[in-house]
Amino acid sequence: MSGAAAPLLSVHALTIAVPGPSGEEVPAVDAVSFDIGAGEIVALVGESGCGKTLTSLALVDLVPPPVRLISGDVFFAGRDVRALPAREKERLRGGGIGLVFQEPATALDPVRTIGRELAEVIERHRGLSRKAAAVEAERWLKRVSLPDPGRQRNAFPHQLSGGMRQRALLALALAGGPRLLVADEPTAALDVTVQAQVLGLLLALRDELSLAVLLVTHDLGVVAEVADRVLVMYAGEIVESAPVNELFARPRHPYTRALLGARPGSAPPDSARLSALRGAVPEPGRRPPGCSFEPRCGEAFGRCVAARPILVPAGAGTEAACFLLDRVPQVRVP
Amino acid sequence: MSASPPVPLLSVRDLHKTFASRAGPVTALHGVGFDLAAGSTLALVGESGSGKTTTARVVLRLATPDRGSVVFDGADWLGLPARELNRRRRDVGVVFQDPATSLDPRLTIGEIVAEPLAIHGIGARAERRARAAALVASVELPASALARLPRELSGGQRQRVAIARALATEPRLVVLDEPVSALDVSVRSQILNLLRDLQRGAPSRPAYLFIGHDLSVVRWIADRTAVMYMGRIVEEAPTPVLFASPRHPYTALLLASRPRETPGPRSLPRPVLTEPPSPVDPPPGCPFHPRCAFARPVCAQEMPALVSDPTESGRSVACHAPLGDD
Repeated sequence: MSGAAAPLLSVHALTIAVPGPSGEEVPAVDAVSFDIGAGEIVALVGESGCGKTLTSLALVDLVPPPVRLISGDVFFAGRDVRALPAREKERLRGGGIGLVFQEPATALDPVRTIGRELAEVIERHRGLSRKAAAVEAERWLKRVSLPDPGRQRNAFPHQLSGGMRQRALLALALAGGPRLLVADEPTAALDVTVQAQVLGLLLALRDELSLAVLLVTHDLGVVAEVADRVLVMYAGEIVESAPVNELFARPRHPYTRALLGARPGSAPPDSARLSALRGAVPEPGRRPPGCSFEPRCGEAFGRCVAARPILVPAGAGTEAACFLLDRVPQVRVP
Repeated sequence: MSASPPVPLLSVRDLHKTFASRAGPVTALHGVGFDLAAGSTLALVGESGSGKTTTARVVLRLATPDRGSVVFDGADWLGLPARELNRRRRDVGVVFQDPATSLDPRLTIGEIVAEPLAIHGIGARAERRARAAALVASVELPASALARLPRELSGGQRQRVAIARALATEPRLVVLDEPVSALDVSVRSQILNLLRDLQRGAPSRPAYLFIGHDLSVVRWIADRTAVMYMGRIVEEAPTPVLFASPRHPYTALLLASRPRETPGPRSLPRPVLTEPPSPVDPPPGCPFHPRCAFARPVCAQEMPALVSDPTESGRSVACHAPLGDD
């Protein structure tokens, strides 16, 4: 997006700690910074345990204890989110920033119909009358591709399938008229046909309303489908940031290359094996002193063990944290 | 590939199953039939509610169909008396989606893997222990895992345990019900590689009935793919053929709905309706016709039968107007 205007969301040096193996606090998210412009769809990708979900929760100051937001700034539409009074924060959630998290089974009120819950969000955040809100609620159920919205608005959450609940939650997150949607795996529970509809909806809302989206996912197909820019997280840090075309065509970081190479669809259908990433993401507090990815990296050399690379510009609007970028010819340590 | 295939390991014919629901009877299976050759992989794909899992449950004898037959390894599988069934259950293994809930949390990994051997009275205690150790090694877990509890392992490691357990009795068939859907992309490729290695390397060379919704996974692992829609198989073909040239409009919709592998111009498919009609009140004729962009008047009246494609051996399709026919 344009460089001059202030971004819609600006996250600076966000650090989140979790209780470590012996009780002390250890960073699970370590000095993470990024911006999202109005109308921009940014994907946050990485394996489980990389800190994606904690990062997204911190945007609305919802990090659950004993996890703790230690330091960093979150500015949304020019306002310091962490400094907002409690009531303002409450208004921000669902109003300025819409949220869809996983676990659709627990996120909906079990004793209210989805139409009623949706209408209440609309009344609260957009000041519509009860009647107008009910009409608006039904319109949103239709927009998220819920079948037969006129009937389903009278359904209780337990009467809906997992995929329908997921779409009801998306309607709930969008109905308050947010400028930013934070969505954690919003299509993971959906059939591929419905997923295509929901992704189409996100693109349409971006075009119509300049909705910005932070899409937390591990599905790189979804990323290819809708994202403008991609942030790759590994062990609590952003290791690569790139426009989506650049990320898929010329991934800078070995971890990004490994994620892309591990997709079954990236292998020729007759290939005997898929390329796999060995090992696991190190737990917070057990991260190596050098580059966190070094133990799993096929391209690591001496410097990677000793020092920690930082995010540096890597051409074509990308940034990556990897010593391989410094010099092309490099002597590898066995 | 060959013109007259050998007798299949698993032969399913005309399965029908209706469940009662608050809204009325729901027909989950509507004449499902397929063959699975020994040592090969057949994938069942389709949206939620298409009948994939019910079919798998019938094959596992966890559900009883209203009618239809299953012949497994020469035996009338649905007609086996309980005693005989229990003896032969060792020939069929199963791996479910979520290893967190499918493994007994109180047993050690060694006990979990050895349990099917004990149930079927295979080997003495010491032999079973040795066999469990070999199985754990075959799924590339360290020997130290034997003494651990499921909660001490990662999701990917637990799925390896579930696979070791499924293979313990050297089954000829393993039902894989969304075995990698709950796993991270990196772990997923490891498990898929393992499943393929075991199919080729395990002594019993098991056939796989693979239930999946991720079409890129199915494309890589399955020899043949059957597409299910509202309790019926609507198209079945060798996997590369099905993916290269779908003939049923529903297969084409599924393939077109897949997220792409690389970014490019955006043209997400727009079906007439986003999802299947209510199974309580299915439409007359072909159940896909309300969503089909190619429907003709006959489609609303008559259900097309699943018939061999005259233009291509090894493919069957149930459609009045298959794609590529004009």
